[in-house]
Amino acid sequence: MAPSFRMKPPMGEDNGWWWQAAAEGKLAIQRCTGCNTLRHPPRPMCGECHSMEWDSVVSSGRGTLSSFTVLHHPQFPGFDYPLIIILVELEEGTRFTSQLVNCAPEQVAFDMPVEMLIQEDPDGFRLPVFQPAEGSHQ
Amino acid sequence: MTSPLHNKAAIAGIGLTGFSKKSGVSELALAAQCVKAACDDAGLDPGKIDGLVSYTLDSSDEIEVARAVGAGDLKLFSKINYGGGAAVGTILQAVMAVATGVAENVVCYRAMNGRSGQRMGQGVSGNIISSDLIHWSWYMPYGMLTPGSWIAMIANKYMHRYGVTAEDLGRVAISQRHYAQSNPRSFFHGKPLTMEDYLASKMIAEPLRLYDFCQETDGGCAILITSTEHARDLKQKPAVIRGVVQASTRGQEQMTSYYRDELDSLPEMELAARLVYEQSGLGPDDIQAACLYDAFTSEVIMQLESFGFCGPGEGKDLVREGALDINGRLPNNTHGGLLSEAYIHGMNNIAEGARLVRGTSTSQPSNVEHVLVSSGVGVPTGALILGPD
Ligand SMILES: [Zn+2]
Repeated sequence: MAPSFRMKPPMGEDNGWWWQAAAEGKLAIQRCTGCNTLRHPPRPMCGECHSMEWDSVVSSGRGTLSSFTVLHHPQFPGFDYPLIIILVELEEGTRFTSQLVNCAPEQVAFDMPVEMLIQEDPDGFRLPVFQPAEGSHQ
Repeated sequence: MTSPLHNKAAIAGIGLTGFSKKSGVSELALAAQCVKAACDDAGLDPGKIDGLVSYTLDSSDEIEVARAVGAGDLKLFSKINYGGGAAVGTILQAVMAVATGVAENVVCYRAMNGRSGQRMGQGVSGNIISSDLIHWSWYMPYGMLTPGSWIAMIANKYMHRYGVTAEDLGRVAISQRHYAQSNPRSFFHGKPLTMEDYLASKMIAEPLRLYDFCQETDGGCAILITSTEHARDLKQKPAVIRGVVQASTRGQEQMTSYYRDELDSLPEMELAARLVYEQSGLGPDDIQAACLYDAFTSEVIMQLESFGFCGPGEGKDLVREGALDINGRLPNNTHGGLLSEAYIHGMNNIAEGARLVRGTSTSQPSNVEHVLVSSGVGVPTGALILGPD
């Protein structure tokens, strides 16, 4: 596998901190410190109370599948196909788009419980992916 | 209250280049050709163009096109964002300019080497950190690099919720391919599609197969907007703009509105529907034909619900009844649409809307008075209703 196949996210003021947390093994969720609303994807102002102050919480990494798709074509270098892309409804209430691993494409289902794990590329880049939750295997 | 835009402007000319997979000319050449063709269609000297509007994705800037076609003084130049979501939005710019007297003859255009040049869905990259680039970066690292992958997430949820089947999507593809058989401009002219062909086509992004996807096309399409009064003096029967709106809703993202409550409907299209019906004073019962944006088949079924032709989850039932076919409740994309005519980012669907009002579609249904046209799905969008003078 080529060491740098994965398109890397740009690290701007509004998102770099999130990827830094991912590099540390955490799935972070931005939290408004004005009204405690969680938001993802991160943005600089709270749409509820307009505060620009925020911190973050670490997600439990547990959730269920709101939706998914299995990608077959086109095939980009470095990814394994069929590639299962998922929309996870996290326990904390926000959603997160990610990849499902350790699961056969025909096993993926709506509302399936999943849990996060950190995937590390050969070049050291780390990102949260998901697998079927412990105990949910058939 | 009557909208200040209602019936004030009309489509007076439509212009196309040939459609192909390899134009062999620049995108600017295609843009100049289609803009000139729209003027010729109307019988208007291109020197009289005083406004040009396109898409942010279009590589031909307004002044480049203006010089190429010999336009005079420009009083309006503008580009609209969000891919195919721009389509009807370009018309809104033109209509606002015409209705307010800012400009008199505005041409909206989209010209692209969509197959031989920069193809859609080849990934997004760049060096400058913008909010747009950060948006895409939540998906790119996971291998979600194509419009099909982004739309499939919503299509799958919608189909699961309402029991929409592969055959239902196939019915949309087959209906539009059937129209393409009467349209010599269409890429798929002479190539009808059966359900067997559809179901056997390659799975791309579940639940979407190859024939659920629009084409990739080299070509251009332009629409000339002028006042309804002026349009009466030009060559063609005016397609009067009853209403034209843009719409984006709370929690809107570009292609990936995954974080709002609604995952199995199109809130921005519902807003477009409400606004365009308000502006036109019309409702779904007044619409006899449509050009619903069709980058993907699933989007057509969802829009039947957004625009109130049926209730939530009932789009599939309309499709099963043959509603989209020429003798159905709502003949849709009678030129073949983006799926079967060409993918000119929705501009060619607006052109067909004008033809339907003129009565010149290659598949002209009987008794068309009002035609509904929509912009891209899953993005900030818009809607347009055309009718006779
Ligand atoms: Zn807040």
